[in-house]
Amino acid sequence: MAPKLTMVEAINLALRQEMERDDQVVLLGEDIGVNEGVFRVTAGLHKTFGAERVIDTPLAESGIVGTAIGMALAGLRPVAEIQFAGFVFLGFGQLEGHAARYRSRTLGQWTVPLVLRMPYGAGVRAHEHHSESREATLAGVPGLKVVIPSGPRSARALLAAAIRDPDPVIFMEPTQLYRAFREEVPEEPELGVIGRAHVERTGSDLTLVSWGAMMLPSRRAADALARDQGVQVELIDVQSVAPLDAATILESVSRTGRCVIVQEAARSFSLASEIVARINDQVLLQLEAPVQRVTGYDVVTPFFQRERLYMPNEARIIAAVGQALAD
Amino acid sequence: MPLKEVAKFSVSQLQVLDEHGQLDEKLDPRLSAADAVRLYEAMALGREVDQRLVRLQRQGRMGTCPTCTGHEAAVCAPALAMTERDWFVGYYREIGARLMRGDSLAQSLRYWHGYEEGNLQPQPGRTLPVTAIVGAQVLHAVGIAYAMKYRRETDSAVVTFFGDGATSQGDVHEAMNFAAVWQVPVVFICVNNQWAISQPREQQTRSETIAQKAIAYGFEGLQVDGNDPLGMYLATDRALRRAREGGGPTLIEALTYRLLMHTTADDPRRYRSDAEVERWWKRDPVPRMRRYLEGRALWGEAQQQALQERMRQQLDAAVAEAELREDWRPDLLFDHVFGAPDPELEAQRQTFLAALPAATAVDAHGA
Ligand SMILES: Cc1ncc(C[n+]2csc(CCOP(=O)(O)OP(=O)(O)O)c2C)c(N)n1
Ligand SMILES: [Mg+2]
Repeated sequence: MAPKLTMVEAINLALRQEMERDDQVVLLGEDIGVNEGVFRVTAGLHKTFGAERVIDTPLAESGIVGTAIGMALAGLRPVAEIQFAGFVFLGFGQLEGHAARYRSRTLGQWTVPLVLRMPYGAGVRAHEHHSESREATLAGVPGLKVVIPSGPRSARALLAAAIRDPDPVIFMEPTQLYRAFREEVPEEPELGVIGRAHVERTGSDLTLVSWGAMMLPSRRAADALARDQGVQVELIDVQSVAPLDAATILESVSRTGRCVIVQEAARSFSLASEIVARINDQVLLQLEAPVQRVTGYDVVTPFFQRERLYMPNEARIIAAVGQALAD
Repeated sequence: MPLKEVAKFSVSQLQVLDEHGQLDEKLDPRLSAADAVRLYEAMALGREVDQRLVRLQRQGRMGTCPTCTGHEAAVCAPALAMTERDWFVGYYREIGARLMRGDSLAQSLRYWHGYEEGNLQPQPGRTLPVTAIVGAQVLHAVGIAYAMKYRRETDSAVVTFFGDGATSQGDVHEAMNFAAVWQVPVVFICVNNQWAISQPREQQTRSETIAQKAIAYGFEGLQVDGNDPLGMYLATDRALRRAREGGGPTLIEALTYRLLMHTTADDPRRYRSDAEVERWWKRDPVPRMRRYLEGRALWGEAQQQALQERMRQQLDAAVAEAELREDWRPDLLFDHVFGAPDPELEAQRQTFLAALPAATAVDAHGA
């Protein structure tokens, strides 16, 4: 039996194995070396691979992203960490202006195969700026890939794929999932597919779409609906925000005719909005009911006393499913 | 051709009251008895608040919070040198100084316990709230200083605090450069506690001092013993006078040490030695200030006992007040997104309120 790992351990495993496989893979970020990361994601790596490959950087996000771009241009495979996703915006100029467009503007002559890892999301009672969900802001930049795992096994497989990907990949790690549960993760390398969603549970009554930490209440809601109401939902874990695997979602929705999307991020200008648009583009006439969105609100992500009230929960999901079934 | 020397610099360190309580009479800022006592009491209170915050956090009655132990002289002495007309633009490690500026202790506790309400201070005046994005506030300080210059407020300058780690941020470089180019009234105080979480100062900058960075931007930089309250007072007072008189910015590097963990979520033993920490406890600014008061016959055991008791009562009352939540309103988060109500947000507020009973059952809102 494969060992059961937390998501922190699974990400660590992917980093270790990719570093063993390819000596061009280097890690950089704030407090990732001696201190092994504020969440201990890089545990043991500084010891094993040394300071040259596990680089404790000065405290500067634009510096981290910008130098990682340079490393990638020169053929290294940098995996940079932003200590919390709330601080990525200090490096956003480098992402938007450079990482995302080197390939396009040089017609493929220059590429930036970097990975930018960052913990994100609410639910761990953190201080302000440590709980936002801005995946859509990042995915809104053409040229950036954005990937979000929903547990240990997908985290390990998707991170390995991100490191081998020829393009810049933003790898967002839901802090709520870091130690939420353990899962069997096979020792031998497993590669996820960026650009593919995962149908986690099949069902014919309704398509439930989610990603990241919101997979937790979505899974619980799916269980409860089956148990209490005999409702069989098809649960899709998006995993790849950009590129988005619309085909998998649309195929499912065209069969079930009903869809609920669950996201932690603010409601407007979001991935949920994008998925609704794709549904409208292609399978609108197969819908039996309007698509429901269960989302965060268009407010500044609240301080931690209110974060549970802000985040979608099982009850809200079940209510939305009820609505979609009643319509 | 021989190389010509085109510029030459030196960097000095200021110390008025050394770690043995030895006072340099020539530099003595001659604080009034009232000011001297006020400064000591603020430092002692800052220290006491820290102890309580950490204890509350360990009991699950407080969110993750930073510690200020060791920084009392570096932050409180500048606050004493400032007037109400001066602006205080800090980061997250100045609790003693913020209380001197009139912040409510109960509100500060609330803030660190995850309530937006805690950011409402009774009289914010010219004290900006805590900021967590490292370095960003330093630019705001320069913008405020520009406004002071623009409005000819010659009785007002800006004091901004940031850490040694923050000096790596582009924002901090940009701020100093703007300030010099604009010649605006701002005092940069870099609280060099020699660590940025796990990273020692040498990992942020290889310049021998942080003070010398000012020279490159074109203004004066001074290193000060950051555990010397009188030195910090003198340096800030001079820099403020210069700023208000139109003399432009100054950088003060307060050489100090973070004696406890970065935040309650941090374990400093992972990255620094006990011996190093021990050495710095010997330079603790709080007893240093107390010895100074005792030397002036302004303080003794009786006063200390009384202060201890006052602080205990003040903290007990603040904790009780912070934990009272009759003003708790879950949907507060919708109130201030914009200055005027927005129909979409109001609709979302209704959705939020309708979902509340279920949500509150999942997680009781108290803590
Ligand atoms: C832009 C940004 N990046 C990273 C962090 C995470 N972080 C919080 S405090 C800190 C270290 C700050 O060190 P320093 O500036 O020396 O101040 P100190 O905490 O030592 O007083 C880091 C990396 C942050 N809050 N903001
Ligand atoms: Mg520091």
